[in-house]
Amino acid sequence: MIQSIFLISPLGDVFLERHWRKILSRNVLDIFYEAQSKATSPDDISPVLSGGSFYIIHIYKHSIYFVAVIQGEIPPLFVIEFLHRMTSIFTEYLHECTEQKIRDKIVLIYEILEEMMDNGFPLATEPNLLKELIQPTNIVSDVIHNITGKDTMASRLPASQISNMPWRRSGVKYVNNEFYMDITEEIDCIIDKTGAVISCDIIGYVDCVCKLSGMPDLTLTFMNPRIIDDVSFHPCARLRRWESERLISFVPPDGSFRLMTFQASAQSCTTLCLPIYVTPVFTLKEASGRMEIRVGTKNTLGKNLDDVEIICPMPKEVVNVSLVSTVGMFTFDPVTKVIRWKIGKLMSGKIANLAGSVSIQPGTSVRARPEVSVHFSLPLHAASGLKVNRLEMYTEDFKPYKGVKYITKSGTFQVRS
Amino acid sequence: MADAKYFTTTKKGEIAELRIELRSDRRERRKEAVKKVIASMTVGKDVGSLFPDVVNCIQTDNLELKKLVYLYVLNYAKSQPDLTLMSVNTFVRDSADLNPLIRALAIRTMGCIRVDRIIEHICEPLRKCLKDEDPYVRKTAAICVAKLNDMNPSLVEDQGFLDLLKDLLADPNPMVVANSVAALSEISDCSPTAAEATKLDYATISKLLAALNECTEWGQVFILDAVAQFEPQDGQEAQSICERVVPRLAHGNAAVVLSAVKCLMKYFELIPDDSEYKDAVLNKLAPPLVTLLSAEPELQYVALRNINLIVQRKPEIMKQEIKVFFVKYNDPIYVKLEKLDIMIRLTSVENIVQVLSELKEYASEVDVDFVRKSVRAIGRCAIKVDSSAERCVRTLLDLIQTKVSYVVQEAVIVIRDIFRKYPNQYEEVIDPLCKNLDNLDEPEARASMIWIIGEYGERIDNSAEILSTFVDGFQEESTQVQLQLLTSVVKLFLKHPTDTQDLVQKVLNLATQESDNPDLRDRGYIYWRLLSTDPVAAKNVVLAEKPLISEETDLLEPAMLRELLAQIATLSSVYHKPPNSFIDGRVPLRQLKNPVLEEITAVPPELQNEDSLVPETESQTSEDVQNPSETITPQVPEDNLLGDLLSLDLSSPLVLGGMNTFDIGGSSQRTMIQSGGDLLGDLGGIMFDPVLPNLTQTTQNIQNVPMGTTDVGFDIFNQYSTPVLNPFQLILPKQVVLPAAKGKGLEVSVTFARRNKDIYMDLTLFNKALLPLKEFAIKFNKNSFALAPAGQLNIVTALQPNKSIDVSLAVNNTNPVEKMEPLNKLDVAIKTEIATHIFTCFVPYHVLFSEDGKLDPKTYLEAWKQIPDANESVCTIDTSLDSQGIIARLEANNIFNTTVKSIEGQELLYMTNKFMNNLWVLSEIKISNQFPVTSVLISMKSRTMEVVPGVFDSVRAMLAT
Repeated sequence: MIQSIFLISPLGDVFLERHWRKILSRNVLDIFYEAQSKATSPDDISPVLSGGSFYIIHIYKHSIYFVAVIQGEIPPLFVIEFLHRMTSIFTEYLHECTEQKIRDKIVLIYEILEEMMDNGFPLATEPNLLKELIQPTNIVSDVIHNITGKDTMASRLPASQISNMPWRRSGVKYVNNEFYMDITEEIDCIIDKTGAVISCDIIGYVDCVCKLSGMPDLTLTFMNPRIIDDVSFHPCARLRRWESERLISFVPPDGSFRLMTFQASAQSCTTLCLPIYVTPVFTLKEASGRMEIRVGTKNTLGKNLDDVEIICPMPKEVVNVSLVSTVGMFTFDPVTKVIRWKIGKLMSGKIANLAGSVSIQPGTSVRARPEVSVHFSLPLHAASGLKVNRLEMYTEDFKPYKGVKYITKSGTFQVRS
Repeated sequence: MADAKYFTTTKKGEIAELRIELRSDRRERRKEAVKKVIASMTVGKDVGSLFPDVVNCIQTDNLELKKLVYLYVLNYAKSQPDLTLMSVNTFVRDSADLNPLIRALAIRTMGCIRVDRIIEHICEPLRKCLKDEDPYVRKTAAICVAKLNDMNPSLVEDQGFLDLLKDLLADPNPMVVANSVAALSEISDCSPTAAEATKLDYATISKLLAALNECTEWGQVFILDAVAQFEPQDGQEAQSICERVVPRLAHGNAAVVLSAVKCLMKYFELIPDDSEYKDAVLNKLAPPLVTLLSAEPELQYVALRNINLIVQRKPEIMKQEIKVFFVKYNDPIYVKLEKLDIMIRLTSVENIVQVLSELKEYASEVDVDFVRKSVRAIGRCAIKVDSSAERCVRTLLDLIQTKVSYVVQEAVIVIRDIFRKYPNQYEEVIDPLCKNLDNLDEPEARASMIWIIGEYGERIDNSAEILSTFVDGFQEESTQVQLQLLTSVVKLFLKHPTDTQDLVQKVLNLATQESDNPDLRDRGYIYWRLLSTDPVAAKNVVLAEKPLISEETDLLEPAMLRELLAQIATLSSVYHKPPNSFIDGRVPLRQLKNPVLEEITAVPPELQNEDSLVPETESQTSEDVQNPSETITPQVPEDNLLGDLLSLDLSSPLVLGGMNTFDIGGSSQRTMIQSGGDLLGDLGGIMFDPVLPNLTQTTQNIQNVPMGTTDVGFDIFNQYSTPVLNPFQLILPKQVVLPAAKGKGLEVSVTFARRNKDIYMDLTLFNKALLPLKEFAIKFNKNSFALAPAGQLNIVTALQPNKSIDVSLAVNNTNPVEKMEPLNKLDVAIKTEIATHIFTCFVPYHVLFSEDGKLDPKTYLEAWKQIPDANESVCTIDTSLDSQGIIARLEANNIFNTTVKSIEGQELLYMTNKFMNNLWVLSEIKISNQFPVTSVLISMKSRTMEVVPGVFDSVRAMLAT
């Protein structure tokens, strides 16, 4: 099981450590530091490291290394999932998960960790449940707390702690009962220099905001569930119902949560018409070169693309660029050699262009070819064509307000040159 | 306000100030104070001196304060066990509190206090809590059993906690079930008896599966892992387990998904093949695995490592999904490398075009490691999909044109592998390769290039020239390159003997004389012997057709794969190593140095060592590599190198027989072979060197485990030669020559043996005295055969009382001669710190027979005639061996067979042996045609008759069955 957890800054300082079994000396981290010193970027450290009798599993998130030290056999994914859960809980409590915030609230974090894990076994990891045990603080509650000395910690056992639905807190009451769903679909795709699609996947997320009183039991059905190829559900979803009837039956947690992640079927991916085209042209040889990137909409049925941004890491031999863009702003970072071109809204049928010359360090020749990554969003559209049929509620007798919104975004959308 | 305020203090006596606050009457102030203490604790300040004051605050009904105090107690319990003991009463009382939260908290905290004296106080409250009415307390208590087991496993068994835990498996609350499973599986991980006791039956598994739907995600992982340990009775059970596990594949927690995959991989194998359900399960596996690949990179990595295993067993489930393994440029490097590996595993005729164009794309990426691996992957494609080889080679050629150093080097290595799979094809690439020689600065690339030149030397115009430029810098090259250079030059010599003699001589010289690398010297000597004795054999060996490599070389062995597949989702599956290799209970057996990366970068050994005549990887520790060449060195004529093959000089005194022109005295003989003409033919006429069999024997014995020596630090030279060369070699059992009573407590047993052409005296020294013995020295008296110790006894440390040590001592013949009675009597003196002991032993005759005692028939006949008949002695020896058996046994002991004759149904064996002091004994063994053979008649002739009885005795011992 998990022995200890260390939080380490990118510079290698341990700023929080929690031991659930023996207190381990920081020497166990040597193997991690060794790997860190070898890695070219903080992302590149192998997540599972072995050092003597200990194994070190870590994730890198919010510019913090969350490092778990384990001994004996334990599924590595279990540890990684737990660490990710930890980061998301910290984010919920601290609003943003940074080293400074954690340092500021170190006792709170300690209390949270104490509730999340016992003897290396995960205990309460549902945000809803934790919030019942330890109230999240904000400026107002801090002030009240300082004046009244009222506890931030529950002194009674939350009912949900042991219920079959640990994700839902009990006794929820709202004046206005609402349930909103955002269906976000991300297009992951690789396009080669001829414009042909090499690989394309659609990954969808159903994010919900639930403000419903009592213990509502919901059933969500889709018009075309066949589009969904593979799903992973929030623990609240009853997997067997999905297995047999292709509908999602669940008692939602209170507040916002991700109900499901899904992979659209291969067929819907192959028939997908990409809403954007990007044609990067680079002629980088010795001394100087030229580049041009064109971006335009296609197949959007008159809709405009939002938040269009092109990110283009240039080869390290590039010294500077002098470019002109027809739409939007661009920046070039001479250290990381990245061109960021913020186009913003791209009107349907319009073409944006970024062109100019590139100066290359004399005496070197460019070998690597830049790959362009593209970001955009297309509101009110689901790339896979998925449509919600209806959301029904049982067990409670009020009429909630229900809303659903679709949006298509770029995932890792890369164009090779 | 932020907690950081707890760190700020303006006054000096911080601890004192805190103490006052902790004793405050007001609860709020006390709480604030405890918070300050905790904050100091978290940053590593020592606030242990406040222990009594903090513990005083424990008696409160305020839960937050209680928790904080508990937190503090946990941290300092170890350093303040006495004070902790005082707080135990509070814990025990709290464990019976009305509020279940406090009960649970108390039992939870008590379990975490790792102080021995506390443990006995835990048992009773824990037993109560395991049967508590509140499930929250029960589930906390279940974990507490695991904690207790961590500190004192026998207590858990004795107190019956295991059974209580097992009872909880049937608890109505799924969370309690899940925690019990987790605790049980951890306990059984570290104790085999507990593992036996906690074996689950199908009924329990059913209960667990029923709890699966309703427990937390973490609990689901524990349950699924426990289910995966179960061995179902039949396909029916397996199928029903599968049916209940399949829905888990849709869970949002990746750990649950992968544990479910693990279960399914196990159980679907048990479903009968004709069942439709089997295919249904198989089809369900791929999509969730693919979905994992859109998660965070760390999750992706673990998933990929597991997919890598699964596709080796069932490539078909991922065949359609190859595109998801295409690399994105912002993937972390560890994900990229893993994706690449899987891509190659999934490559087939249908998708090869796509894969190749991807690989070519990757080869122009920035990350050097990844580029290298991509280039290598192109080679693996070529080897895997025959029809793509042509295309792969062309892609590689394109890459070579880029002139980027590391791409070219990698391409060279890959092309070498392609030649191993498709010999004599694609030779057109050799030319462009040769143009890029200057680019190669890495050992493996250089070695590969040299291999290609050696292999295709006849097709490269200036191959000799190229190799000779490499040879010029021989000393600076790494071992890998040197070995390859040696092999390639020899290959080239065998193909183009005329213009590479100087080169081959030079390289052999460098390898054997100038190098201190034993591998290199060894290989050098072997080639040299081969070339000098039997060039045809050399050609057969060196230019032998090599086995083709195939893609299987980089697959895991099936047995290993099966073992690893049972470990999906575990650490083993990430390391691709079986669990027992690095996890034994909780104590890993050996350290793995970043095996993940090692595996990623490792090339299958089959691809690395070709042409290895000497197994380089097997059992060669730094100790034993020293030796083979050293033992060989004395027999190698210093300046008799292969260049001299043309004016062949085999002047070694050891060379005997083979050619008629040789005389027994071993005087040097020169055979001139004219240069020019068919050189290989001439080489074929070169005489046979009897040393060769021993040489190969030596190398074979390199792999044998040394016997007879127990002392690890023992002289490596001797240790090396200890192995018995031949099962028939006669080694007499050790005899006690100096009893302890006479040797002041030192008992010495001795035997003699002949190894690697040297006599060894093997001694066992047994210290029966009460004091340790040290400073051993040994000396021989003058004797008939001039035997003298070649060195001193290698005993480094003192010989402790009641301990024995085995020592081998090399013996040479440099002592003055004095005739002893009997001849083989040897007086030995052993000196220790305490006293000098003298004892007598008898050297068995057979160890005195030298290896060059073979005669050719003609010489034998002449010699036999020259010895007067008076010097003949006859003796009958009982044996049931046939002629072949007799020869084998005698030759193993250096009595050599000259010829075998069959006259009138009798078989006559003519044998010779030579003593170290050049005494010859010739014998004739008659085997009658009666069946079965019971005895043989031996006649021996020698100029010195005194030795003959001893030789008879030796022969008798050798033939004894």
